[in-house]
Amino acid sequence: MAAQSSFRNMVVCLTLTCLLCASILGVVYAVTLNPIRGASQKALESALSLVLPPEGEISTEALNVEFEGRNYEYYVQTVDGEPSAWAVKSEVNGFGGPLTVLVGVKRGGVVNATKVLSHSETPGLGAKCQSDEHFIGQFNGFDTCTSKLLVRKDGGDVDAITASTITSRAYTLAVSNAVEVVGVVITGTVSDREAEKIGQTASLSDTLPAEAKDQTVSASNAAPAEAKGLATNNDGGQDNE
Amino acid sequence: MSKFGLITKGLIKENPTFVLVLGMCPTLATTTSAMNGLEMGLATMFVLILSNIVISLIAPAVPDKVHIPVYIVVIATFVTVLQLLMQAYVPDVYATLGLFIPLIVVNCIVLGRAEAFANKNSVADSALDGIGIGLGFTLSLTVIGLVREILGSGSAFGFKFMAGDGILAFVMAPGAFLVLGYLMVLFNKLAKK
Amino acid sequence: MEYVLIIISAIFVNNVVLSQFLGICPFLGVSNKLSTATGMSGAVCFVITLATVVTFLLNKYLLVPFGLEFLQTIAFILVIAALVQMVEIVLKKISPSLYQALGIFLPLITTNCAVLGVALSVVQKDFNLAQATVYAFATSLGYGVAMILFAGIREHLAQSDVPEAFKGLPIAFITVSIMAMAFLGFAGLV
Repeated sequence: MAAQSSFRNMVVCLTLTCLLCASILGVVYAVTLNPIRGASQKALESALSLVLPPEGEISTEALNVEFEGRNYEYYVQTVDGEPSAWAVKSEVNGFGGPLTVLVGVKRGGVVNATKVLSHSETPGLGAKCQSDEHFIGQFNGFDTCTSKLLVRKDGGDVDAITASTITSRAYTLAVSNAVEVVGVVITGTVSDREAEKIGQTASLSDTLPAEAKDQTVSASNAAPAEAKGLATNNDGGQDNE
Repeated sequence: MSKFGLITKGLIKENPTFVLVLGMCPTLATTTSAMNGLEMGLATMFVLILSNIVISLIAPAVPDKVHIPVYIVVIATFVTVLQLLMQAYVPDVYATLGLFIPLIVVNCIVLGRAEAFANKNSVADSALDGIGIGLGFTLSLTVIGLVREILGSGSAFGFKFMAGDGILAFVMAPGAFLVLGYLMVLFNKLAKK
Repeated sequence: MEYVLIIISAIFVNNVVLSQFLGICPFLGVSNKLSTATGMSGAVCFVITLATVVTFLLNKYLLVPFGLEFLQTIAFILVIAALVQMVEIVLKKISPSLYQALGIFLPLITTNCAVLGVALSVVQKDFNLAQATVYAFATSLGYGVAMILFAGIREHLAQSDVPEAFKGLPIAFITVSIMAMAFLGFAGLV
């Protein structure tokens, strides 16, 4: 039924097959390129609008900042050109694998909302971090200045998911890392919490960026010029090296 | 075999899951819910039909010694086409099914049908065979998914009819094997009649 | 230390067969006898490790720099098919007895979803070359562990009194289900 297996036939057949398949793929790739880009953009936008407050413009430009030796990706929301909220992609190790949470943080160390981007937790237990409304809801509007971002077992104010302490701890850690990252982004060097530790009354509430700079300058190791530069930079998107 | 027979044989007599026991990996992995099973079955059917058609078209011209790599390239092309289309138009489904979409390439059903049927029969018959086996596969996957979903999550096709969770083992690994084993017994008993 | 975590995770916690559902067809087909199971595990181990290394390099230095990630599926399966073919030729020359013993199973490794599955998940997990090699080797060890355990049980099952309707595959599936449940106990180990 098949053609003769001569060397020439084999080479011709393989070449023709590859050419044909390559052209089919090329066409489909070209056709789907824009829809694919559009789909992933849409997913990002919907996640950002979920975790960030409704007022203001969200920039879908991914920015990066270093914190405790890790690189964090974040997005900025601005109101009248002034950054008012940030969404940080925070990843920690959960029970079954990495847990990535998108955390929306407002000025003053207040968490706006959170959304799980990916997880490998156990269905029915840790996986509830994606669906349990009580657990997720308690992070909405969580003020880190008045409450502690730890599970109740560790002395904090977060209710863990029943029988999923490890997942709950991981989620809470992801959120608290995100808040500290935002602190780094705003002040440029030392986070709100670290400034507190050194004895400054740090508060990231609607104080002008210049004031924050004054408070942290004496406590930080970084050059004041850098902090000033960052504070006056409106899109808050500088790499802190 | 009548044209209609070609389609229906895939449902019972030559059901790929319970009779031919092919394509086990996606069967076990993607049947955590009825919808997932249905989507995976349809995706596989898409590739199966297209590859059957093309292979039955080119089979006479393919030298015997290179027929395996040629078939693999053709199947892989259609799987990649499926991947691109899914990423563009149904990204959520693509994310749920994950690794198992590209794994359709090594799904024994697709290459198996190409070897066993498509390269010996006409294009029309091969297409119908693809539809028949594909439907049988989709049906099996949906049924397995439905059972696992009802027992494991207390819902069916996404509609929760029970508050809280079911027996979680069914949405995890052990449940997959267990449900498949028992359904196989049931299917064989029913099919014998 | 990190490598120990990868190894333990790949063999026990996320066992390729019992947790990730890869490589089921040959797992069921070859495990009736302990000797064939052992031989198959060895062959699979070799192919998975080698295939992962080659596809990793291909992906890193050819596909990614040119933005051709969508060609991963095709490129990887062709590499695997070619590799298995080469292994067959080499094995025939070096050890004809082993070649005879493996028989039909050797070419079947091409369609073993575990090989392609591991190659693709290494890309997804964003490992470097060393981690990828360790992961691939450990995964295939896990495959061997599962298969040899299962073959041992199956040999006993063949002599047990199984209800007629369950004989053969159904009882095999139920056995694997219990094995999977046992391995679930490893969750949370790393």
